Amino acid sequence: MLACALLGVGRAHGQAQAPTLDWSLLYRPFTGEATPSKARVTVSTPRLADNGFTVPVSVRIDSPMTAADHVQRVVLLSNRNPRPVIAEFDLGPWSGKAELATRVRLNGSQVVMALAQTSDGRWWQGTAEVEVTESACMDAS
Amino acid sequence: MLARIQLSSPVRRGQPMEVRLLVQHPMETGFRFDVLGTTIPKNVIHTLHASYGGRTVFRARLGSGVAANPYFQFWVMPDDSGELLVQWQDDQGQSGEVSAKVEVTRA
Repeated sequence: MLACALLGVGRAHGQAQAPTLDWSLLYRPFTGEATPSKARVTVSTPRLADNGFTVPVSVRIDSPMTAADHVQRVVLLSNRNPRPVIAEFDLGPWSGKAELATRVRLNGSQVVMALAQTSDGRWWQGTAEVEVTESACMDAS
Repeated sequence: MLARIQLSSPVRRGQPMEVRLLVQHPMETGFRFDVLGTTIPKNVIHTLHASYGGRTVFRARLGSGVAANPYFQFWVMPDDSGELLVQWQDDQGQSGEVSAKVEVTRA
């Protein structure tokens, strides 16, 4: 709440929304110098989320998931949350399918990004845009 | 801590099995205040680890961006009947686990 207040969140309160961060700042700690290619990763979210406290997010990566070619890491990023790294997941050929889903908190309308690293070390990205009517981090007074 | 695992059935050898996991946890962000105005300390499940037959099949490192009572859906390809064991730890050092028996039917 404090961070949200400092970032000046919430149109309902007549303040400006939290600023969005530049994506390269967010993925660089994971990808290093590499820029993730915009392919193979599909992120699905509801287009409109009634509140930001639990927003379902699912990620699907186009991969055969064999020992030679599989997804080993998936990272969920938000460019408007006080802590932009939502979660990191480790997968492998034993997963069989490169798919996962979870529920996240979102601090306002934004684009959610999923990064995926395949076994050859390359990074891929996919995004989804979510309209959040009531942002998270505004509860509790 | 309460938790529940749901598996797709029937489970066939060499076919991906859908795992749905729900863990009861407040996932406190550390940004909230209680009625006296003091900050409620951050307390989230920071690591979650799933193994099947002793082998790691899924790992998650979580932050406060994951909603309360975290839910995960992922896939595991079982090569034999066994036990799916999920363990997690939160910032207060509390840990929990839940397991499910998996019967693999012959395809």
